[in-house]
Amino acid sequence: MQELASSHTISVLVDNEPGILARVVGLFSGRGYNIESLTVAQTDAKENLSRITIVTSGTPMVIEQIKAQLDRLVPVHRVRDLTVEGPHIERELALVKVKSTGEKRVEALRLADVFRAKVIDAKTDSFVFEVTGNSDKVQTFVGLMETLGLVDVGRTGIVAMSRGAEQL
Amino acid sequence: MKPEESATTGADLLVKALIDEEVEVVFGYPGGAVLPIYDSIFKQNRLRHILVRHEQAAVHAAEGYARSTGKVGVVLVTSGPGATNAVTGLTDALMDSIPIVCLTGQVPTHLIGNDAFQEADTTGITRPCTKHNYLVKAVGDLARTVHEAFYVARSGRPGPVVIDLPKDVLMNKHDYVAPKKPVQHKSYRPQTKPDPKKIEQAVEMIAHAKRPIFYAGGGIINSGPKASKLLTQFVRMTGYPVTNTLMGLGAFPASDKQFLGMLGMHGTYEANLAMHGCDVMINIGARFDDRITGNLGKFSPGSKKIHVDIDPSSINKNVRVDLPIVGDATLVLEEMIKVWKAKQPKTDQKALKAWWAEIETWRARNCLAYKSEKGTIKPQYALERLYHHIKDKDHYITTEVGQHQMWAAQFLKFEQPNRWMTSGGLGTMGYGFPAAMGVQIAHPDALVIDVAGEASILMNIQELSTVAQYRLPVKIFILNNQYMGMVRQWQELLHGSRYSESYMESLPDFVKLAEAFGAKGLRCHEPEKLDDTIKEMIALKHPVVVDVIVDQKENCFPMIPSGAAHNDMLLGPDDKAQKPVSEEGMVLV
Ligand SMILES: Cc1cc2nc3c(=O)[nH]c(=O)nc-3n(C[C@H](O)[C@H](O)[C@H](O)COP(=O)(O)OP(=O)(O)OC[C@H]3O[C@@H](n4cnc5c(N)ncnc54)[C@H](O)[C@@H]3O)c2cc1C
Ligand SMILES: Cc1ncc(C[n+]2csc(CCOP(=O)(O)OP(=O)(O)O)c2C)c(N)n1
Ligand SMILES: [Mg+2]
Repeated sequence: MQELASSHTISVLVDNEPGILARVVGLFSGRGYNIESLTVAQTDAKENLSRITIVTSGTPMVIEQIKAQLDRLVPVHRVRDLTVEGPHIERELALVKVKSTGEKRVEALRLADVFRAKVIDAKTDSFVFEVTGNSDKVQTFVGLMETLGLVDVGRTGIVAMSRGAEQL
Repeated sequence: MKPEESATTGADLLVKALIDEEVEVVFGYPGGAVLPIYDSIFKQNRLRHILVRHEQAAVHAAEGYARSTGKVGVVLVTSGPGATNAVTGLTDALMDSIPIVCLTGQVPTHLIGNDAFQEADTTGITRPCTKHNYLVKAVGDLARTVHEAFYVARSGRPGPVVIDLPKDVLMNKHDYVAPKKPVQHKSYRPQTKPDPKKIEQAVEMIAHAKRPIFYAGGGIINSGPKASKLLTQFVRMTGYPVTNTLMGLGAFPASDKQFLGMLGMHGTYEANLAMHGCDVMINIGARFDDRITGNLGKFSPGSKKIHVDIDPSSINKNVRVDLPIVGDATLVLEEMIKVWKAKQPKTDQKALKAWWAEIETWRARNCLAYKSEKGTIKPQYALERLYHHIKDKDHYITTEVGQHQMWAAQFLKFEQPNRWMTSGGLGTMGYGFPAAMGVQIAHPDALVIDVAGEASILMNIQELSTVAQYRLPVKIFILNNQYMGMVRQWQELLHGSRYSESYMESLPDFVKLAEAFGAKGLRCHEPEKLDDTIKEMIALKHPVVVDVIVDQKENCFPMIPSGAAHNDMLLGPDDKAQKPVSEEGMVLV
């Protein structure tokens, strides 16, 4: 029976030490797993911990392997599969630069309003918008800007968290 | 006392830390970046240093030492080429779960990243081939890192750990930090105690089996000699058949009637057919390697599978199992035996009798039989005779990689764990001889034999100089078929007997070679003289190289061709595959 691949969002709590990202990324490339999105930053200065959020895809057996392999890395504290462990929220932030004048400029601003994107830089012929939301929303916004003078996009990748009071 | 007065250099701290970790021997090779460590070694006499002739050999020697004692093997090499030369050994140790701590020199911290002389990104290079690695950037972290490294190397699923040591860190001073016991690592905590509910379930499944088999691997050896005792006890309590992987040989006594021999690509007919036809498979400390499973889709299709492993990533990696149990083999077996004794289950004697009867018909095929030829030494015969002469002696066997390795696994019998060292996962030619040195260092009075091929032995032949220096009476027993036999066998099977580059031209005269290094060389062509040659080899208290000239064309059977199922094995030269090897099979190694 062929098992189907599906996308999973995995949170990994790690020691914030040199080389940790290389370990995680090397694991994925070395074993041929996908990385669809990856974010990392220090989240606990006192304990010197970072949180890595990885979106990956695979069959259930591969996903189970990915989690076991991550958990096996010495500096990894915890691995949680948010996709299977109950409801969770995902957010992504994008900076979107648009260069246009006249009608197009007005339309870009109007759409930004609809998407609750903020203007964080403005020149007479350009805007930089900041938009947050789930990846679909961000993608849709970027897509709409393409016809309105899109110049540059920077995306953070996904950060995610379980709903409710529980800690990672 | 002021701290400066009590403070010690990094190199001295390192030596102190090693001694506190009960290290007795270090296998190494010096160079600029590790000179401070060599100076510290010079100034003390607790730690013994064995000077190898190539850093790869240092790691294999440490592996042999570790596998034959259960201790951590320790390696010391310099920066750059010293570290890169160690990479094959580290990968080998990773694949076979051997506990190693490898200390590598590094350029001083302020030069890291400058392409300095003999700089290599050692932590970068070794990240995928170690269980973990460290770059020590401050002398204050050194002792703690060493203690942590030993803990990581030996606990859970063992493996190699690299500590990269910049030269300035070795020369700076700091106070010593003694190891903390018991170690509580902040993130690394392998699970060793099994879930009791799962033990109950397992015993239930085992008790109800009609066609059971135990499949035990290297994890039993990793777990320590007690695991082998418990496995033996449990298997005998149940009366069930048992097979071992290449890495697990010795986990169960080979002479026991319940033992079906090794399984897998070159395993016995009875072991493979029992695996194929079983209804309950009890895997303890084996990892469903592709040499075992053959065609995954056809692997033991009708069985419920129990898998005991200390590493959750080994479970459900290749084969979906019905009952995974994470834990240390010793603790799991202890619990299983306890529950079994408490429940006194009635096993299905009628079904078991029928199962054993079936197994006996497979066993009766005598799958390891070979045809003798007058005047030629068959490699199998050479190993049978070797075993005959060593079986009552305290002996250890290592091997190189190839046909001779498989024949050694088939024809030498292992009654105890830790007596058999071979490169299973990586299949590293050149492993056996340095590994034998490490074994001999750990067991100075034992008979240590490297069963070798003439091609493999040339990969670390320089170590003859090491055995000469330390008077290590290691025996190298070369089954010289003048071919990379295993390669030739595959070419015969898969590539129309086009023996591309697998003939060993211009071989050295191994007898003279041995003599050049101050070892003893022996040669044997005739079957009638073999016994005397072996006896002479054993009697000599020197390093000995024995060049046994064997049949060039002998192939290793049984064999499950790539991509085939267990019940599709070739039993001998006259046994042609039912189907030619498929294209899918061809791409497999
Ligand atoms: C030319 C060649 C041919 C080969 N042919 C064969 C063949 O025919 N048959 C064969 O068997 N092999 C063969 N091999 C070897 C094969 O490649 C594998 O190395 C071997 O099968 C793996 O053995 P294993 O499953 O016992 O696992 P190992 O590699 O020994 O791994 C041990 C497993 O036990 C676990 N473990 C470790 N410690 C513990 C503990 N304390 N408690 C519980 N679990 C633990 C580990 O996590 C791991 O999953 C061949 C190799 C070569 C080079
Ligand atoms: C370092 C390394 N290179 C290549 C191989 C591939 N290989 C596997 S067996 C073998 C031939 C070994 O020949 P020999 O040592 O003479 O053993 P035989 O098979 O003849 O017994 C080769 C080249 C390997 N296992 N290791
Ligand atoms: Mg050969």
